[in-house]
Amino acid sequence: MMAKHKTPLLDQLVSGPWPSFVDDMKQYAAARAKNEKKVEFQIPVDVVEDLMGLLELSYSDGTTHWKHGGIVGVFGYGGGVIGRYCDQPEKFPGVAHFHTMRVAQPAGKFYKSDYMRKLCDLWEFRGSGLTNMHGSTGDIIFLGTQTAQLEEIFYELTHKFGQDLGGSGSNLRTPSDCIGQARCEFACYDTQDLCHTLTNDYQDELHRPAFPYKFKFKFDGCPNCCVASIARADMSFIGTWKDDIRIDQKAVEGYVKGQFKPNAGAHAGRDWGSFDIVKEVIDRCPTECMKYENGKLTINNKECTRCMHCINVMPRALRPGIEKGLSILVGAKAPILDGAQMGSLLVPFVEVNKEDGYQAIKDVIEAIWDWWMEEGKNRERLGELMKRQGFQKLLEATGIKPIPQHVKEPRHNPYIFWKEEEVEGGWERDVTEYRKHHQR
Amino acid sequence: MEDRITDIGPKHYEEFYPPVIKNNKAKWLYHEILKPGVLVHVSETGDEVYTVRAGGARLMSVGLIREICDIADKHCNGYFRFTTRNNIEFMVDKKDKVEPLIKDLESRKFPGGSYKFPVGGTGAGITNIVHTQGWIHCHTPATDASGPVKAAMDVLFDDFKNMRLPAHLRVSLACCLNMCGAVHCSDIAILGYHRKPPMVDSAYVDSMCEIPLAIAACPTAAIKPKKIDVDGQQKNSVEVNPNRCMFCGNCYTMCPALPLSDKEGDGIVIMAGGKVSNRISNPKFSKVVVAFLPNEAPRWPSTTATIKKMVDVYANDARKYERFGEWAERIGWERFFEKTGLEFTHHLIDDFRDPAYYTWRQTTNFKF
Repeated sequence: MMAKHKTPLLDQLVSGPWPSFVDDMKQYAAARAKNEKKVEFQIPVDVVEDLMGLLELSYSDGTTHWKHGGIVGVFGYGGGVIGRYCDQPEKFPGVAHFHTMRVAQPAGKFYKSDYMRKLCDLWEFRGSGLTNMHGSTGDIIFLGTQTAQLEEIFYELTHKFGQDLGGSGSNLRTPSDCIGQARCEFACYDTQDLCHTLTNDYQDELHRPAFPYKFKFKFDGCPNCCVASIARADMSFIGTWKDDIRIDQKAVEGYVKGQFKPNAGAHAGRDWGSFDIVKEVIDRCPTECMKYENGKLTINNKECTRCMHCINVMPRALRPGIEKGLSILVGAKAPILDGAQMGSLLVPFVEVNKEDGYQAIKDVIEAIWDWWMEEGKNRERLGELMKRQGFQKLLEATGIKPIPQHVKEPRHNPYIFWKEEEVEGGWERDVTEYRKHHQR
Repeated sequence: MEDRITDIGPKHYEEFYPPVIKNNKAKWLYHEILKPGVLVHVSETGDEVYTVRAGGARLMSVGLIREICDIADKHCNGYFRFTTRNNIEFMVDKKDKVEPLIKDLESRKFPGGSYKFPVGGTGAGITNIVHTQGWIHCHTPATDASGPVKAAMDVLFDDFKNMRLPAHLRVSLACCLNMCGAVHCSDIAILGYHRKPPMVDSAYVDSMCEIPLAIAACPTAAIKPKKIDVDGQQKNSVEVNPNRCMFCGNCYTMCPALPLSDKEGDGIVIMAGGKVSNRISNPKFSKVVVAFLPNEAPRWPSTTATIKKMVDVYANDARKYERFGEWAERIGWERFFEKTGLEFTHHLIDDFRDPAYYTWRQTTNFKF
């Protein structure tokens, strides 16, 4: 079969070992053209070929050919669909209208084939058949369909699949989580359940834009931060523990004797020599709170900051403590506009209580939203509001007491915004009385 | 609207847990990487789950997803999952099911010869590159995403299949400063960047945009209102002070009549040394180490060669467990540029607002 458009530049991306998206698109375009299953495609059959033609044009002229999103969506929602129109519709009519749909992914991104096949059939029937598994925020991305299909897809998703759309625009964006306790021994709380519960409890905030700008939740089960919550979520929920790291001394001995591979075998691609517990664990501990003497490992847990290094190196011997919960950090974002921000610690420890619907966590979330919705400017992320008004305002808004854990170090300047009620006698003074004792 | 169902959220995660996951949730004791791409997790119940991790392009057709479903049906009772970094994970509950699964995955190739499901991406190596849309579907990119990622992963493929590095190394790509991919804390980040100020399409500024919003969107106050003569007609428009422009494109996001993309102007910034883990040292931002490389479609050879060189120097020079940024900080950034052979230019000295000062050197402790 002759391809509709010549794509000599893209064709150079079919070779090499890494999976070629170009070959995938070509194969799929050919399958659509052949249409063995006799699908009654609701958007042009050659949509993938036109997309490749358009991408080839970008490869040759070095610029994008997509216009700004238009206002399209499903009735009653302000998010979940991103309008997209091509700027060369005459040459590539198949992608003249090519809207994205964000489909809320299940927590942990676990799937079963019967369900996934249904999603595929729907998207092939009513869309381009191209997806992202997954988008950066975490949604399943349906890449490209036309306006008339949006309601049809939404109806099918909600009525037949029990499946909703994700967030976009100035909304709560679709929350996402790490694999957590489902398959990780480090996870200090059930990331999937907290992610799923809050996603459902805050459906209104997710679908109907009422915020100054986007707002992201991400859930990491431990300080290894596999979903990068600390770098990219307005509120990051990071598992931690308060008590002692659990030590199995026999397993420690196993590592020392070389029976177990350090770091779960992560370094097996090179000969690093035999495992040296002092060099690789004790001396790398950032707080110097560990000792290995007479074949026994001890940890001064009070001085430990729970960085996970020793646990990562010896997962069979060391486990997080039993008194588990999570830390909440707030305000992370990418550089637009005022530079990148990392999450700042607001709540050092909160219990993760499923029985009461995570009320203690929701109290913090809702206090922050109240403050941000009241004070935040148009397109101002939480982190930027924190910078503009100060960390103190965040503490006031959430009713959290300042503690040294909130800072890396105390302030460098004495320019303290004292409040009148903090100063003895207040600020009202009588200048006439003052002048009785101080000549002009 | 009648009969409408809304606000039901995602599917419940438990519907998709394989039985071995459901039965052992929160009971896992430890894990081990048996070989690149293969993990075993052992539960206190004595159960084991074997995970085979395969790379994949995040841009994926339903044809390929159906193939994933077929593989899952054949080996895993239909269950599979995706990782945060766009890998596909197949889980089985017996060790003897692992090798047939790997054999099946590695035997599947596209017509051009690339693997459909290369097994790897674990431990002290390089896993899949997280990325954004690029030219395939975005209106503000300064580079493509899927293409540079394919080209980079081809060059880094050995480190996807191997675990020879001192620590894991995360590569990310964002096709513009908006950073949907949040690459700002990656060991190595590929970032699309514009270098020409927006053009002003004065005939349309007033009809396509809210002018005050476009002006307010500029972080450096480079845009001001101006009446401009278009074919003898006075039009409400704006003027851009090019010397103030930092090419962020935020004005274009607010106002489609201020396009800034350009074949020569657009290209790639390489950043390095960031991380999100709290392990040993605190999370770090990535630093700009190459101010600009041109967009060289379709394979971006300058970009991939620069990355490959950085990875190789790091692999040979860093200590075990040391992340890319920890290594650079230990040896000093002056040594980093010497060892990698990257050129240090005035573009790499921060001059953006207050944080800039904290990146200059306020000590006599430096290396010659």
